[in-house]
Amino acid sequence: MLKKKGLGVAAAVAAIALVATVFTTSSASAAGCDAYSKWKGTGTVKVFAGIRDPEATIMEGVFQQFTLCTGIKIAYEATDQFETLLPVRVKGGNAPDIAIIPQPGLVTTMVNTGKAVPVTAAVLKNIDTYYNPAWKTFTTVKGKVYGAPFGASSKSLVWYSPAQFKKLGVTAPKTWADMEAIAAKFKAAGATPWCAGIESGAATGWPATDWIEEMVLRELGPDQYNKWWKGELKFSSPEILGVLNKVAAWLGTSAQVGDLKSVATRRFQDAGVPGLKDGTCGMLQQASFYASMFPAGTKFGPGKDADAFYLPATNTKFGSPIEGGGEFPVAFSKRKEVGFVQDYLSSPVYGTPRAALGGWTSANSGIPLSSYKDPVLKVVAASLQAKKGAIVFDASDLMPTAVNGAFWKEMTKFYAEGKSMKDVAAAIDANW
Amino acid sequence: MITWSSLFDTSWPKIAQILIVLALFFGFYGIAFAAGARVRGKAQNKLALVLFLGPAIVLALTGLGIPAIQTFIESFKNADSSQWIGFANYTHAIKDPDTRLAFVNTMLWIVITPVIATSIGLALATMLNKMKREALAKSLIFMPMAISFVGGSLIWNLMYQYQEPNRPQTGLIGQIFMWLHLTPQHVLLWSPWNNFFLMAVYIWGTTGFGMVILSAAIKNIPKEIEEAAQLDGASGFRLFRTITVPMVKTTIIVVLTTAMVGTLKLFDVIHTMTGGNFKTDVLSNRMFDEIFVYLNNGRGSALAVLIFLGVLPITYYNIRSIRAERNH
Repeated sequence: MLKKKGLGVAAAVAAIALVATVFTTSSASAAGCDAYSKWKGTGTVKVFAGIRDPEATIMEGVFQQFTLCTGIKIAYEATDQFETLLPVRVKGGNAPDIAIIPQPGLVTTMVNTGKAVPVTAAVLKNIDTYYNPAWKTFTTVKGKVYGAPFGASSKSLVWYSPAQFKKLGVTAPKTWADMEAIAAKFKAAGATPWCAGIESGAATGWPATDWIEEMVLRELGPDQYNKWWKGELKFSSPEILGVLNKVAAWLGTSAQVGDLKSVATRRFQDAGVPGLKDGTCGMLQQASFYASMFPAGTKFGPGKDADAFYLPATNTKFGSPIEGGGEFPVAFSKRKEVGFVQDYLSSPVYGTPRAALGGWTSANSGIPLSSYKDPVLKVVAASLQAKKGAIVFDASDLMPTAVNGAFWKEMTKFYAEGKSMKDVAAAIDANW
Repeated sequence: MITWSSLFDTSWPKIAQILIVLALFFGFYGIAFAAGARVRGKAQNKLALVLFLGPAIVLALTGLGIPAIQTFIESFKNADSSQWIGFANYTHAIKDPDTRLAFVNTMLWIVITPVIATSIGLALATMLNKMKREALAKSLIFMPMAISFVGGSLIWNLMYQYQEPNRPQTGLIGQIFMWLHLTPQHVLLWSPWNNFFLMAVYIWGTTGFGMVILSAAIKNIPKEIEEAAQLDGASGFRLFRTITVPMVKTTIIVVLTTAMVGTLKLFDVIHTMTGGNFKTDVLSNRMFDEIFVYLNNGRGSALAVLIFLGVLPITYYNIRSIRAERNH
């Protein structure tokens, strides 16, 4: 959840202003309701999620149009304790109508409580029409689909400062070797080649698990990747251990990321800010939502204040695979209004106006790319919309919660205590 | 139609829910007392007993008794409490290196923090006794008690914050290191000393409590005894050792054992400052992680039971001391 509060602060300010205009124009013309004509109902649908402000305010602003046209109210509630509270609420018989769940693993847990309801035919049609088939598999439990994709992000990005790149006379790399060459140039210029920080409260360590996932995907390919998170390929297997050691050489030495202990205590939000801009560190591997960590007024794109490039493949065997993340609205009620809201959230009817407000991306190919104003987000959305090609989900979020938790903690030990990757792998395996 | 569940519907404003519950509570008791006032004779006594004890028993059972029993039962079940697995959770607690570390750290906490907090509290209470502006000094020392441990931990986190030596220091401790021409340290990563830096936060927060209680006890020492001792030539440390300490012994024990129970349940400092990372985990934080991070209800419940078993003898001793004090 911490990983998905994707939103540029700058975009937020602009967005709030835009939301205001959306209201005024839409309430004036009933014509704006054409797209909503298939949904009509009464009452309130309670939506519960971990998505908080400023994203929540923008989202609720978009919902206004839905309510105006359909008569269905959406009561949105957000908390930063979502993963803790949702199971408690569902177990206590106080489930929301819809929960927007960012981890497929948690979706499975919720389905196993017997309280979750499979998606309606309309939602299924949305998934088949608009999304890469991979998305459907993330929330399929025992042959039934439970979640309609909502927001999505790409994790396979590297953030950099175009000004610093210009100073070194380099441009965004296309291959792994080019990227290594740039890292070497940063090193020669006296900077730390990579920015890194993995502190994140109770979830400390998760950014490091992302680095491992990117490398497993690139070195071993999507098939092995999927075997890995299913537990069929152990952490201590020669394949995965080899990848762990590759990451240790890439982002696990003081020559590459500076003092290793500092990596363990630096907040992930602070990893690239202000380091990228002032040139103390060169590049940051982090998901698309990292855009929201830059100060207000930051302009994104090549030649602007900050930009991101696709983390290159390490070899040519698997094309350009993407590690994505996303949220899935899961229903806990069979009321027709609940199905309508789920349908709405997974359709371009929500996605297109939301994308136009900035700071948000989706894997929905029904949303015209022109809706995305921000150049970085446009690149991300284009890669997520691709119907072909390998898109895998955050592996640690797919693993059982116990393994995921151990994965975070053990990666933290690698940085904070100098634990060897071999011992790290063995300790994580003990949790399967 | 108004049903019970609709009264607690989350779409109602919270304040309305609170008001409804309060109205129900006072309404019920208003009627009960009005009825009770009309009853005369022997029945009145029994009715009073039921009226006053009843709710307390019901609340203690539903809020404490039943959950405790349920936790005990679930400690013998698997992660989602769907299968019996015998003592597996307990053997895991003993064998798992991370949990074992939490045990060791908790022991360190129980032995060290209450002793230091109580000693400092006793020293302060003695020194501040009859001093000018005693109340002001005491309120200042007591002040951290008014801050929640989460707030206190965040403050101390900032003080401990590490910056590389060539950067401006943002943490007080780092700056002190710089002034002394030493290299700043990651105090929160510096195992095993990081445990002591965390204990400092807890001691800072609880010393005031011990001081206030001990100060009250010291003020209760009869003047005659002190004067007699002074006439016999005792003063300073000797007076403290032979008169003050023995006279407030039971209070010291109560303060110590209360602090011990407190440290055994200690959670907020660890959760806020290190999240149990860097070899600083303690049992109660481990319990939280097992239940809410790893979603393993069985292991978490087993740890809860173990913590409860640890608290039990201390609490027993505590209550006995308080009783002895009263009979004194």
